[in-house]
Amino acid sequence: MLDQGIGARVLRKEDDRHLHGRGQFVGDLAMKGLKEVAFRRSSLAHGRIRAVTKPAGTDSVIITADDLKNVNPIFADSSIPGFKASNYPALATGKVRFVGECLAACIADSRAEAEDLAESVEVDIEELPAVIDSLKARAPDAPLIHDDWADNLFLTTSVQGDIDSLVKTAPIKVTRELRTGRQCMHPMEGKGVLAYWDFQADQLVVYTSTQVPHMIRTGLSETLGLEQRKIRVIPPDVGGGFGYKCVLQPEEIVIAWLAMTTKRPHRWIEDRREHLTAGANSREHHYQITAYADEKGRLLGLDAEITVSVGAYSVWPFTACLEAAQAGGNLPGPYDFQVYRCKTFSVATNKPPFTPYRGVARPGVCFAIELMMDAIAREVGRDPMDVRAENLVKSTQMPYNNVTGKHYDSGDYPASLKQVAGLIDAPGIRARQKAPEADGRLIGVGFSTFTEQSAHGTKVFASWGIPVVPGYEQATVRLTPDGGLEIRAGIHTIGQGLETTLSQVAVHELGIDYDQVRVTLGDTASTPYSTGAYASRGMVMAGGAVSRASQELARRIRRIAAHLLQCKDEDIRFEGREIRAGGASLSFADIGRAWYLRPEQLPEDVNTMGMEVTEGYKPQVDTGVFTYASHAAVVAVDPETGIVEILDYAAVDDCGRMVNPMIVEGQVLGGTVQGVGTALFEESPYDQSGQPLASTLQDYTLPGASDLPWIKLGHIETLSPYSAHGIKGVGEGGAIAPPGAIVNAINDALKARGVEITQIPATPERILSAILAAESQQKGAAS
Amino acid sequence: MKPVPFEYEKPGSLSLAVSQLSATGVNGKIIAGGQSLGPMLNLRLARPEALIDIRQLDELSRVQSDEKTVTYGAAIRHVDFEDGLVEDATQGMMRHVAGGIAHRAVRNRGTIGGSLAHADPAADWVNTTIALNATFTVLGSTGRRTIAAADFFLGAFTTSLNDGEILEKITIPRLSDQAAWGYYKICRKKGEFAEAIGILVVDPARGFARAVLGAADAPPIVLDQLAASIAESGTAKDINLEEAVQAALPDASPVSLRHHSVALQRAIQQVYPS
Repeated sequence: MLDQGIGARVLRKEDDRHLHGRGQFVGDLAMKGLKEVAFRRSSLAHGRIRAVTKPAGTDSVIITADDLKNVNPIFADSSIPGFKASNYPALATGKVRFVGECLAACIADSRAEAEDLAESVEVDIEELPAVIDSLKARAPDAPLIHDDWADNLFLTTSVQGDIDSLVKTAPIKVTRELRTGRQCMHPMEGKGVLAYWDFQADQLVVYTSTQVPHMIRTGLSETLGLEQRKIRVIPPDVGGGFGYKCVLQPEEIVIAWLAMTTKRPHRWIEDRREHLTAGANSREHHYQITAYADEKGRLLGLDAEITVSVGAYSVWPFTACLEAAQAGGNLPGPYDFQVYRCKTFSVATNKPPFTPYRGVARPGVCFAIELMMDAIAREVGRDPMDVRAENLVKSTQMPYNNVTGKHYDSGDYPASLKQVAGLIDAPGIRARQKAPEADGRLIGVGFSTFTEQSAHGTKVFASWGIPVVPGYEQATVRLTPDGGLEIRAGIHTIGQGLETTLSQVAVHELGIDYDQVRVTLGDTASTPYSTGAYASRGMVMAGGAVSRASQELARRIRRIAAHLLQCKDEDIRFEGREIRAGGASLSFADIGRAWYLRPEQLPEDVNTMGMEVTEGYKPQVDTGVFTYASHAAVVAVDPETGIVEILDYAAVDDCGRMVNPMIVEGQVLGGTVQGVGTALFEESPYDQSGQPLASTLQDYTLPGASDLPWIKLGHIETLSPYSAHGIKGVGEGGAIAPPGAIVNAINDALKARGVEITQIPATPERILSAILAAESQQKGAAS
Repeated sequence: MKPVPFEYEKPGSLSLAVSQLSATGVNGKIIAGGQSLGPMLNLRLARPEALIDIRQLDELSRVQSDEKTVTYGAAIRHVDFEDGLVEDATQGMMRHVAGGIAHRAVRNRGTIGGSLAHADPAADWVNTTIALNATFTVLGSTGRRTIAAADFFLGAFTTSLNDGEILEKITIPRLSDQAAWGYYKICRKKGEFAEAIGILVVDPARGFARAVLGAADAPPIVLDQLAASIAESGTAKDINLEEAVQAALPDASPVSLRHHSVALQRAIQQVYPS
């Protein structure tokens, strides 16, 4: 089946429409009488609302919080002891808590006119001191963001390891303070939602650009007070999500409410400024971290305090605890050590709420542990690659339970490091470093290795006690009367090519022709419930479900075929895109025809469930299957300008069985480029009053083609013992490693100058500042 | 991100454009390539009552040349320079500069006059025209006048254009074949506006030497004395550039200071390789 099934590089089913510009996104939908909505948003980060006043005559076209009286606020709680949930109203009530929070929805025939209306709303807000810095927000005298809380902490967690014994005995102790910038993830298509009332179905129909359509239905039902059977959520084409589109958004609720109450179609399309200032926020961490090691650099223990600036509200359903829970749990990374103490603070700040972004917390913790690994290596005077390799969990230790109890199922972590070092010719770089570069730049090499918990399921999410816990993923397969195959699954494709890869799984099980398979995803009216596309779970979970359902369909087809061919069930073979026994063969159309059109041909004992199968699936061990990878970067740093050029970059990943290696490579490449953005370019800074300073793509710089080298890829394929076909998730991994690898390379380049970068993005300004500081320190020491 | 309502005019001649602009007074705005104004309109930072589109005017796309100068119409696009579609008066300098402006998509539409009238201190043409000692011709309802490039830029995004005046053409003195130029800009990321620009233009045949420091949140700074002494000695070795730059930019941060020193030093090095 390698030509079309699992393991084949078949072209993507999605690409024909996308490459021809025929995709159908929320912005492409046309509907009679469609109204466009713009939001009047808060211009202050923190304040008490005195009044939001509509100008005369605009009562029916401007909606304020007073109009939404029967709408429940977004409420995302967690069962972790001490967690404080927030009330996140669709339109702000009482207080505003970040710049960009929605105050009023304004309705017109065009977006421009809706924006005119939005300007006309009179807003009177008493400004309160903004809470911006997450460390200051922790202070007992910090202004309170949620008035009924005793402090600004959504949650603190603590893992108590016996660090005290190491403090006295460990020969090497390395302490660093590290920071990661606040980021805004950038799908090409921003958020968009269109809702209308379908009178025939007596249903609210919501087209929304989402990763999680079934959960959105649940969330809308809870906030609008409308039964789920009366809501249909349809995700059209989605132009990227990266996590931004896996939460229920206030604008989604307002548009749905407008359609529900007026029975007329309404739409909101997020623009880039809204996205940058009020939309997806993520990644901002602060680390105070000490590593203990022996004289060779063998890690003995880690003591960390992690502060996450979560923003103003807890998002539904992933809550304000997900980031810190993932950070505290994943900081130990792929390393084998026994003592771990970690305290995490999930701090409310006057910024837009955190949404889970590709890699969730792991780009931060990977950056932190990987910088520590290099710092240890410098401290003991050894090559960071050797120190790293010696600390990695070995293949002989698999499966391995790490210091936080994570169960690493399979793989050879040191092999990935060795392979990636070969791809960038690490020994060659070390030799090159011995002589100065002609252009005066400094060359450095850096590595980063990580594990990526993928498709973590019931047990993990239940331990966080968040509002929706994923269970069995379901999929339906159906043979059509003419021998085609329809797959329906509740997960959604947001660019990752699930229409293609789910088809390949069915092809693998049934031997049916790839072109005969079509896939419908996400529509709550026609697909089984799924919690959706997040946590690198699609291929493992939905792939597993399609595999199961296809296997059952194969059993039923086999029975009918054996009857028609007058043989035993076990003589039936699926091969050559046919159903064969000995020299005789049937087409899939023959089977379809028999079941649907010529039932007199069926055996007496035919399975009356027919040619349509719905099956559920989760892996044997549902705490996640662990993908891992090693990345390597070679950089040139211009010490006079602070500008970094990535000269070479390589990634070697192991995501188990690759269903479509071309798609795996696309995922790794795309993720890596996002990680380059995290490392060098992307940042959403805020001033002390909470004003976002990056409100256009001129200020928020994304990496472009000219900033990247040709990225080299390598693969290892270690099958997971727990998942169908040994598949592990790969959606997020690429984004995790680059900050660690790139900043380690920068620090390697600047080592001789006594400069170490500890904050990302490592902009020219930050690098040059550090160089100038070291220069003036050396001058001071000399004089 | 949609503009406020505005009238759109597409005049058939420059004189009609001038009279339409006068008629709208301060509430009218000229648009050519729209590469800066477009986003400002969408962000509602610019809220004109009328836009007068001059991009299509032949009068503004012409090149006139004589022995000493070449004069470029204000609506000539960056790509026209980049691709050599218009004569280059500057021994390749303008062609080089044009090719480094933002990205190709921007260069396809953006115009030299639009960039100058927008007067972003980090813009390439703003700094280049000063370095080349250009003269601008502007046209208003009361007639034409010429302004030296160095007098045109009053501050960041502020020019000496009066209400109702349109930048018509840019006259560049020719560089002789003895001339040499250096142009170096430091950008946070390729295609972004510069953090620092350093320029040196030396033309012994004309006795011309000029150094420019750009992208300093203020109009470009001309360092003629510095340029003259470098041109005279044929090296910058004896000059403490960092001190000279600090004197020119007393309020700059240490990083900005270093960036400007390095940009200027590298521009000098292009002219006088050490």
